[in-house]
Parts: sequence; structure tokens; C-alpha cells
Amino acid sequence: MKLYNAPSPLETKVVSKRFGMENSWKLDTYLATGGFEGFKKAMAMSCDEVINEVKSSSLRGRGGAGFPTGMKWGFVPRNTDAPKYVVVNADESEPGTCKDRLLMEHDPYLLIEGILIAAKAVGASKGWIYIRGEYRYLVDHIDAVLKEAYQRGYMGKNIAGTGFDFDLYTQIGAGAYECGEESALLESLEGKRGVPRIRPPFPAVSGAFQAPTVLNNVETFCAVPDILRNGGKWFADLGTPKNGGTRMVCLAGHVNKPGVYEVPLGMNMMYFINEIGGGMRGGKKMKALIPGGSSCPLLRADECDIAMDYDSMAKAGTMLGSGGMMVMDEDTDMVKVALRIMRFYKHESCGWCIPCREGTTWLQKMLARIVDGNGATRDIDLIGDLAKNMLGRTFCPLGDAAAMPTISIVEKFRPEFEAYVAKNPFASSELVQVA
Amino acid sequence: MVKLTINEIAVEAPPGMLLIDAAKLAGIEIPAFCYYEGMALQAACRMCLVEIEKAPKLMAACVVPVAEGMVVRTEAPAVVKARKTTLEFLLTNHPLDCPVCDKGGECELQDMVFKYGVGESRYTEEKVHVPEKQWSPVVFYDGPRCILCYRCVRVCGEGMGVGALGVVNRGINSEIAPSHGDHLECDECGACIDICPVGALTSGAYRYKTRPWEMEHTGTICTHCSNGCKTTLGVRTNEIVRGNNRDRSGINGEFLCVKGRYAFDFNHHTERLQTPLMRVNGKLEEVSWSRALQAVVEKFKAGGKAGVIGSTRISNEEAYLLQKFARTTLHTNNIDHHRSGDVVTLLDSLSGKSATLGTADDCYNAKAVLIIGADLSQQQPFLANQIRANYRHHNAAVYVATTGVVREDKIAKSSVRNTETDWLTGLHSMREKLATEPELLVLFGDAVKGEGVRNLVAFTESLGIPVKYICLVDYANSRGAMDMGLLPDLGPGYHAAEGTPGLTLPEMMAATDMDLLWVVGANPLKRHKFASEKAFVVVHDMFLTETAQRADVVLPAASAYEKNGTVTNVCGQVQRLKKAVETVGSKTDLTIIGLIARAMGVNLGKVDADAVFAEIQKTVRGYNVPLPVIVTGGAAQTMPVNGRVPSTVLPELIQSSRDTLFTTGSLTKYSKILNDVMEAPGGLYR
Amino acid sequence: MTFSPGLEARFADLLTHYPEGRHRGALIPMLMYAQDEVGAVTPDLMAELAARLGISVLQVDEVVGYYSMLHKKPQGKYHVQICTNVACMLLGGAELYEQACTRLGVGHKQTQASGRFSLEEVECIGACSWAPAIQVNYDFHHDVTPAKLDEILEGLQ
Ligand SMILES: Cc1cc2nc3c(=O)[nH]c(=O)nc-3n(C[C@H](O)[C@H](O)[C@H](O)COP(=O)(O)O)c2cc1C
Ligand code: SF4
Ligand code: FES
Repeated sequence: MKLYNAPSPLETKVVSKRFGMENSWKLDTYLATGGFEGFKKAMAMSCDEVINEVKSSSLRGRGGAGFPTGMKWGFVPRNTDAPKYVVVNADESEPGTCKDRLLMEHDPYLLIEGILIAAKAVGASKGWIYIRGEYRYLVDHIDAVLKEAYQRGYMGKNIAGTGFDFDLYTQIGAGAYECGEESALLESLEGKRGVPRIRPPFPAVSGAFQAPTVLNNVETFCAVPDILRNGGKWFADLGTPKNGGTRMVCLAGHVNKPGVYEVPLGMNMMYFINEIGGGMRGGKKMKALIPGGSSCPLLRADECDIAMDYDSMAKAGTMLGSGGMMVMDEDTDMVKVALRIMRFYKHESCGWCIPCREGTTWLQKMLARIVDGNGATRDIDLIGDLAKNMLGRTFCPLGDAAAMPTISIVEKFRPEFEAYVAKNPFASSELVQVA
Repeated sequence: MVKLTINEIAVEAPPGMLLIDAAKLAGIEIPAFCYYEGMALQAACRMCLVEIEKAPKLMAACVVPVAEGMVVRTEAPAVVKARKTTLEFLLTNHPLDCPVCDKGGECELQDMVFKYGVGESRYTEEKVHVPEKQWSPVVFYDGPRCILCYRCVRVCGEGMGVGALGVVNRGINSEIAPSHGDHLECDECGACIDICPVGALTSGAYRYKTRPWEMEHTGTICTHCSNGCKTTLGVRTNEIVRGNNRDRSGINGEFLCVKGRYAFDFNHHTERLQTPLMRVNGKLEEVSWSRALQAVVEKFKAGGKAGVIGSTRISNEEAYLLQKFARTTLHTNNIDHHRSGDVVTLLDSLSGKSATLGTADDCYNAKAVLIIGADLSQQQPFLANQIRANYRHHNAAVYVATTGVVREDKIAKSSVRNTETDWLTGLHSMREKLATEPELLVLFGDAVKGEGVRNLVAFTESLGIPVKYICLVDYANSRGAMDMGLLPDLGPGYHAAEGTPGLTLPEMMAATDMDLLWVVGANPLKRHKFASEKAFVVVHDMFLTETAQRADVVLPAASAYEKNGTVTNVCGQVQRLKKAVETVGSKTDLTIIGLIARAMGVNLGKVDADAVFAEIQKTVRGYNVPLPVIVTGGAAQTMPVNGRVPSTVLPELIQSSRDTLFTTGSLTKYSKILNDVMEAPGGLYR
Repeated sequence: MTFSPGLEARFADLLTHYPEGRHRGALIPMLMYAQDEVGAVTPDLMAELAARLGISVLQVDEVVGYYSMLHKKPQGKYHVQICTNVACMLLGGAELYEQACTRLGVGHKQTQASGRFSLEEVECIGACSWAPAIQVNYDFHHDVTPAKLDEILEGLQ
């Protein structure tokens, strides 16, 4: 299996440690490199002990929202004979994100082991890996790996001789960003439109097929085996307090060495871009970046000298998100970036609720008009205003995801919008405020 | 009770109640499009966002249950702004064609914008236009007007159990779609149109006919099946243009089937009789009322062997007066009507038992329901709807024993198939399960009659649980016709008729020596041959039916929508017919009977609906119901007839006409809308 | 409707993946796999899957219209999907798309009359760190340059 980008010596490799190994996706390679040790340890522990180990690692979800994983597992009700499930979010559709793909390609057993540990922690009997339809080769790949796992006794009945039973399947998506949202994903898994569910109840209580369900991102599960193997504290110490471990950052855009790199949480962002990413292409100056997927508010270059962890990012008014970092140089047209982002959200809005469905459409039309040279000053204000009117009022976070980057671009790069508008001889008039 | 504060008002609400309903308790309106009582929650429209203290953002009141100590503000500046902007978003793609929209004047979107919206739109982009589509003779869909509240999808799927509407495409291209690509195959009940808050779904029967405020509204009882739904008729220039029950008065709430909502159109059919007809030289000719009545009176006075056939659609007052006139003036017990259910044997079998008759409410509340030998969704649409709602809201246990597949199978705990006659075997197979139910409501059709009814009562009695029964019958006043004594052996209130029992309907038809046959609002020649060639036949009808064509005098009769009076539904609930339109040329059967009596010098007392009803209250067993309930448009439950009913019913007399959702006996022919939906693609939907 | 033995086997296996009575879960995978074999989500296919899963055709239709990878009309033998989302756009994705339009003579979601190529401007395909990226059918091509695009399309002629 080939590597898409050269690794950097400055990485701290936990989930990506088998990347580039020969036959890294084979069970034998996996077993020879410490595989299933975490699972076996977990099997000797009680459910609470496993969950506490994960809690002590301060692992937070890598899918975007950053919710503490151990706590989430703890919400799954005990003392019930009803079936429970594990679902893996491998929908990876957040623009800028391309890490789960590598994990599944290079080290599928790591994911499988993480799933089994989660299953043990909550008493689940069945699981699905929901993989976006575009990753068809990965569905086939994982299907082949699962076949080997079943044949070798690492899936199905009496896994690795521990007496634990579990069944795991792939489930292919069919092209819908919204199906990355956990409850929409569960609807899709049930053969329905990817429309999110009313929450509460959260998946931990009523998830796949209305049964209690642990649902996490691929990378989150991948971190679990080593947490069990080396202890939660070991993992936590790799990062900063409350921000345990490492995470995969997908570096893209105008840098010399784009690629997916695993770094400890809390690494300085500019250090990451310059030392691991090789700095800006063609000696250009950096203008801005999207830190963790297109849903995150943008940072101006001068705001980027911060630690890459959940708390520091929040302080800077943005998020680590899904780890999709897109760096833009001084020549980047930020209005076009705003338009492209909005086009995406308009295309992906499921249409369920009014503010998201109508808001993304209206904003997309307006941004397109500005780029076409037909904008007016009032449009700039209106864009910001409409985005704020979506924020926090939609049925699911997709509306927020569309609003947040837009608000930040308009606020931080207003002169670029003004320059577009200035070219329109008919531009004028001020904005009517909705009180 | 949970204590909370809404807009500084202390409110107490039962645990689990949604905030939007709790606010209503306190008289506070939280606007909503997608929230609809009794249906699945959507939280899609975002109109109901409110401020809840300590919540990080505005919350949808339609999905948040009340909590102890919750502090809610529904008019906080952030809430007001959110509403305005949601409406602004909503109006971006809306065509704003209110002046030509059927819904104008009673549109929830209009009302919302009026109350909560902004005056000015900031939207200057192009709107998406999609042409309007016709999905059936009844249903039209105008996509751009649709606000995607999904009410229609839910009322069709959850409410009707049909599921003929869905949402297709994604995002801004989402739209509502019909079951069969470009058309609907469904009950054509129009519930989707009724429930649509805007003019996205409009009705083929009503569209572009009038503006809502130009109509006068009269709430009366549907004249088609026996369920007795209240239908509010919208009348413009003496023409009925719309039927619905948006005010949810009546036993049926807002439910109506295709007949109650649209099949009023027979009333204005061009073939409606407006002048009396009389046979002159072998041909029916138009004559004046006085000439026609004179001919009738002459024959009535002449005496001889007379027979009277009454109707299952005329009012209680008319049926009562008809049998009274026949028995006291024509001196005959030869009185009958088309019987479709064995109410008589049921009443007799229940004598001395604790089991009683069920009501429409019981259909919604009974913990368990057993349906025997009836395709309820086709023949008793409102009762079927009650049972579906019961299943949805109370998880009722539904048992089905029918000859074919029925819609209730989908919600049934147990279904058995049987032939017309062996339904008891099926019941025995469900016996164990039935016996575990806390109570049971049994609905049975014409498969169960005579001894069958007694066997059924014996069977259910042996279960040892409380049981109620509904004996299913066909038409709007099938039940009343029996109660009023349109029977050869029983007078009003199921008392034995004085003298020897008369001839039954088939006997009258078969007798070769009848001298006189008086048919009031029935069409016996549709199923029977009339043997007596010499008989003088008098018919009251709205149309020249098979029977009217054989008549010597045809008297044009008023329809149910043209008269006052009462009718009794399948469950024995008495409700008021209220005149919605004036007759043109025809007269009510009550008036006609009164005119004949006067011309014959017979004193029937005061012949008006109220006076006759007062007499019924006094003389008919079970009908001593509270008048205010009826006068105010309510449904008054008749008392059960306690005691033996002296009758030997011949089972073969009981025969349902097996109407479907789209047929209504002899009236079928005269309803354009029913014929249109039957001819539309998909044909008769099952 | 008949499917290849391989697909039938896949369907049979899929149906075992879900809890008792919840086999509707197989709908989307079935649509995806069957579409590859049939060439499009045809009315026949929708009716067939509806019957197999015991749901209405409308319920299938609701799903088909929702997902962007399910299409009711056949696409070209080679379905060229060019990502123009932010990461790719920054490095020339939009220009690649224009280039493909010109070269193939078709636009967004259009198919050549010959049926050989169809083109689609797609949203992020998860290859951002190796942008610009394209997908031809299910195959990824990373770090695509104008010359490389020409080469790829040439190779598929
Ligand atoms: C619109 C939207 C799209 C999302 N897409 C993804 C995705 O592609 N992959 C993912 O893991 N999480 C995605 N998420 C986050 C999930 O809802 C969920 O929080 C996550 O899968 C939980 O796993 P974690 O706790 O391991 O992060 C998305 C959320 C939203 C609102
Ligand atoms: S057609 Fe009417 S009821 Fe149905 S979703 Fe649209 S607005 Fe709502
Ligand atoms: S009524 Fe609450 S969101 Fe529509």
C-alpha cells in the first residue's frame, strides 16, 4: 500500500505507526506489532474499567465535535438485555479531511481492535463501518480484511479465544455530506434519507435501529487500542491537559509539503505549517487558513501562532474540527473561497429545516452575484446578517457549519468584498435591519 | 405536575408535555408550522424557537418537554428576531401569489407573516419556479408554495395509513411527491389538502371557485356512510363548493374521507329532479305539485294492499313519521328498508348482559379492538381512522378476522383469514391472546348475523373481559331507520309492532298482489324485481333511479344537505342535520308526508323537524337524549335498549351493499368526483 | 428483474447484516451495487428493490433522489468527477474542470452522445492533501495537473 505523502520526522506516530510498513493491513503484520494486546487487556477488565481508562486518556472525538469519548461511552445504558451496537463514522466528507481514509487503508485492524474494545466496554454485539460511497475501494478493502478476520477467528464468535462475540459489517453511503452527522448517518444505515433525528435521545441511548449505540469517528476508535495497551495516562501525556494524545492533521492548500501528519495535540500551528508542512509555496505570504475542515471559522495569518488543541482553538474563535487544514496564500480570492464554501453547503443541505435550506441557497446566490460583479454594499452586510440568522437556529449543525466560516470571512476580509462591489456601478444602498 | 415559568407566568403542566402545548395551557401562542398535534414531531420549521434560561441557544418548543423550574421566554428579543428571519427565509422562494391562491385569507403563512413577519423583503435573487402538477382528480401540488412542513406526508402515512406522499430530492430541490411517479393512488381523502397550511396542495373540486370569505358555512352530517362525520359545507350562491371540518367540531375532528369532503356534488347534479313526475299515457311527465299529490292521495285513500319502503338516508324525523303514517293511516305493517347489519339480534343478545354498544370514542380508546368481516378502511373510514389513531397513540392491540387482506393487517397484533361463514374458527384461534386483553371492542359486518351474532356474544362473553360491540351498517341513517321502526315486526324503539308483522322488503317486492308501493328515498329495484304489475308506485327521490322509473308518481325530494333533522350513526350517536342550501323545486320528505297527510285530513301533529324530534324523544326507547347537545351540533349517545327485542330476523335480509371508499350506493352515479377518482389512473385503490 | 449471481449473493449476504425485521438497512448498499451492474437506478430496479425489501416504490424514490451518487440516467462509461471544493480549488481544481469541459465537450452532469464520458463537478472527495484530485468512476487520481488530466483522459479514449 503506497503512501500518499512522505512522513515527517517531527510527527508523533500513534495511530499512523504502521503506515508504510509492508503488508501493514494484514493480520500477521498487525499481530507482530502489538496488535490485539489492548483488546486482550480490555477483556480482562470490567466495562467500567475500560471506560475509565478511556476517560483518563482525555481522548476527544476526532470527527469534528470533539466530545470526550469515555464520557460518551459511559452514557450507554447498562443493565439491559436489549442489543447494543457500535457504529463507525467513516463518512469523511468534511471538506479538507482525508485522514480516515489512510487509517482504514493502512491499518484496518487498528480500527477493528478499537471497535472491539468499544463493544466490550458497552456490551455491544454488532457493528457497522459506514463508509462514504466515493471510497468504494475502501469498502472492498475492509470487506476483504473482515473476511480474513472472520477466517482467523478475530471476528465473529469467540474472538481471539476470549469468548467475546461480535459481528462487524461495512455499510456503503451514496453521496451525502449530511450523512456524516451522526443521527443522519443512522437514518441512512436504516435505508432512509439522510435527515438528522431529533435529539435527545442521543445515539448512546437510541442509535442504530433504535438500540443504544456507540458512534465515533474512525480516528477516535483507532486511538483506543494503544490507550488500553499503554494506559490512558500515557496517551494523555502525549498532548496537553484535557487534550490528550495525538491527532491526524490533513494539511492542504498553498504549502510546500501538503499531506496527512500525526502530531501531538497542542503543537504550535505555525510550527506545524512551517516545519512539517515545509512553509508556504513559492515563497508567498500566508493570508489565512481554515484550521479543521470547511465548517470552522477562518483564521487570518496573524492569528495562527497558537497551540493546536481544542481549548486554544476555541479561544481563538475557531475549532480543531475534523483536522482538515487548508492554508491560503496572499493571492487567494477570499470572496471566491466564501462562495465555494457556500456552494458546498447549499448542495449538501438536506433540506429538512427552513433556515438551512433557504439560508444556504440565498447566501450562495448572493455570493455568486457579488463574484459576478453585480453586488452592492448592502449585500456584504446582508451576507453577514443572514449567516448570523442561521447560526444556532437550524435543526442540525450543518446550518452552523455553513454560517461560521461565512461570518468569519466577511468580518475578516471585508475589503475584498468591497473591492468586488466597487466594480459594480449600480452598487449602493444600505441594509435594512430586521429588528 | 411540573412547575415552570413562561413569560413570567407560573404554569403547571403534566410531565412529558411539550413546551408548545404547555404554553397553550397558559394562553401563550408559540407559532408553528410543522408541529401538529397527534403526529410525529419534526422540529423542521424552526418557527417555535424560544428562549430557555441556561440553554446555550434557542430551543424548539415543539420537541422540548417541560421541566421543573424551567424559565421560558417566548417574546424575548432574540426569539422575535429568529421568527422574523425564519419567515424571511421562508418567503424567499415563495411565489407570493396570494391574490390567485385558493388559500388566500385562510393561509397560515399569511397569518404568520401578518403577525410575526417583517414588512419588507430583502430578497432580490431569482426565485425557483416549478410548474404546478396535477396528481389526481382531487389533488394538485404547487411546489413553490410548499413550505416543507411535512404535514401532508404525515397525515397520509400516519393518519390514513396510506403513505402515498413522500419527500424527494435534497436541499432546496426537496419537494413532495406522489406514490406513483406522476400520480397518486390513494384514498383521495383530501386530508393532505386540508392540513396544508399554505396553498401548495389544492383541491380539484374547489380550486379557483371562490375566495374563502365569500362562503357561508354550515356544519351538518355527511350523508354517505354510517360513520356520521360532521362536514362543514362552504356555500356560495346556494351552491355547495367545499366540505371540510377544520373547526374539528363533531365526532370526527378534522377527519373526512373522499365522500364527506367532496361527494356533496351530487346535490347540484344536472339530473336532480326539480318537478314532480306523473305517469300519463305510460310516460312520466312533469306535473305540478298539487296534481301529483292529488293523485297520490286518491290512491292512498282507495286502500288495498299497501307496502312502504323507507330509506337509510332520510332523517329520523322522516323515518318516524313515515312509519307512523303507514301504520296509522295506511293501516299496514308492510314497512321495511334495506338492512345492512343485524343490530336487532345484537340488541336482543345483549339483553341482560353487561356488555354494551361501542362508540366512535371507544374505537380510539379501547385497549383492544377486534374487527370481523369488514374492510373497515373501505367501508367505515372514520372508525378505521379512529382505530389507527388508537394504535398510534395508545398502542392498541388490533385483531382482524376478514376474508381478504385489509389495511388494518399492517397494525394488527394478529390477523386471520376466513370465509364468509367460518369466522368463528378464526376467532377461536385468537382466543388465548384475546383473553389476555383488559377489554375488547368488537366491530362486525354483515358476515355476522342471526345465530352468528348470538354465537359471537357467547364467544366474547366467555373471554371474561369487558366487551363492547359495534354492529356495522351502511348508510348515514341505517341505524336510525331501525331505531325509528322502519321494520315489519318492530315499531319505534324495537317494541313489537301492533298487530301481525308485515311483509319484509323482499316479500313486498315479490308479492304479485300489491296495490300500492310507497318508496321514500330508496331504490329497491336496483336489486329486486317488483312482481306486482298492478301496483301504483309512489317514489320520493332526488334522481330518476331504477325505482323512480317504474313509479306512477315521482316526488322530487330534498337531499340531506337541504334539510334539518337528526340522523343516528353506526354507533347510535344522534347528530343534527342542518340545512346548508335551499331546495330548488324539491321538498323534504317530511314536508311531503305532511302535505299528503293534510290532503287526506289526517292529523300527524305539528310536522316540523323539531316537533317530531320532541315526539321521538318521548316515545322511542333510548332517544331521551339531551336536546342541548344536539342543538349545539354535538353527538348524543342513545341509551341501549335494555331488554328482549321481539323479533326473528331472517339473516338473508341483512346484506351490506359493499360500498368501497369511492361508491355510495345509488348516489355514486351522481357524484362526478367519485366517478373521476374511480376512472383516474390506478383505478380503485386498495 | 434478474441480477448476476455475484450480485445476488451480495444481496443475500447484505440481508443478514441487520437486526431482525430491519433489513431495509440494505436499501442503500443494494442501490449502489445494483446501479453499477444495471448502469442506472431504473424504474425497474426501484420496483424490484422495493418488492424485495417490502417497502413502497415511493420510499425507494425518496432515498434515490436524496443521494448524489445515485442516478436515474446512465452515465458515461467513464464518469469523470472533478473536485472543485476549497482544497482543490486553491490548487487549480476549477481550471481542471474547465479543461475537462472543453476537452470532453460536455458540462456538469452531462454525458457524451457516444456514451463514453460523462462529467461532474463534485464536492470534496477526501483527497485534499493531494489536491487537486479527480475520480474516474471509483478510481482516484491525485495531484492532478493539466498535463496529467490530458494524459488520464487520453488513456481512456
Ligand atoms: C454536517 C456534519 C457532518 C459531519 N461529518 C462527519 C464526518 O464525515 N465524519 C465524522 O467522523 N464526523 C462527522 N460529523 C460529526 C459527527 O456528527 C459526530 O459528532 C462524530 O462522528 C462523533 O464521533 P467522535 O466523537 O469520535 O468525533 C459531522 C457532523 C456534522 C454536523
Ligand atoms: S404541501 Fe403543504 S402540507 Fe405538504 S409539506 Fe408542503 S406546505 Fe407542508
Ligand atoms: S413547530 Fe417546532 S420546529 Fe416547527
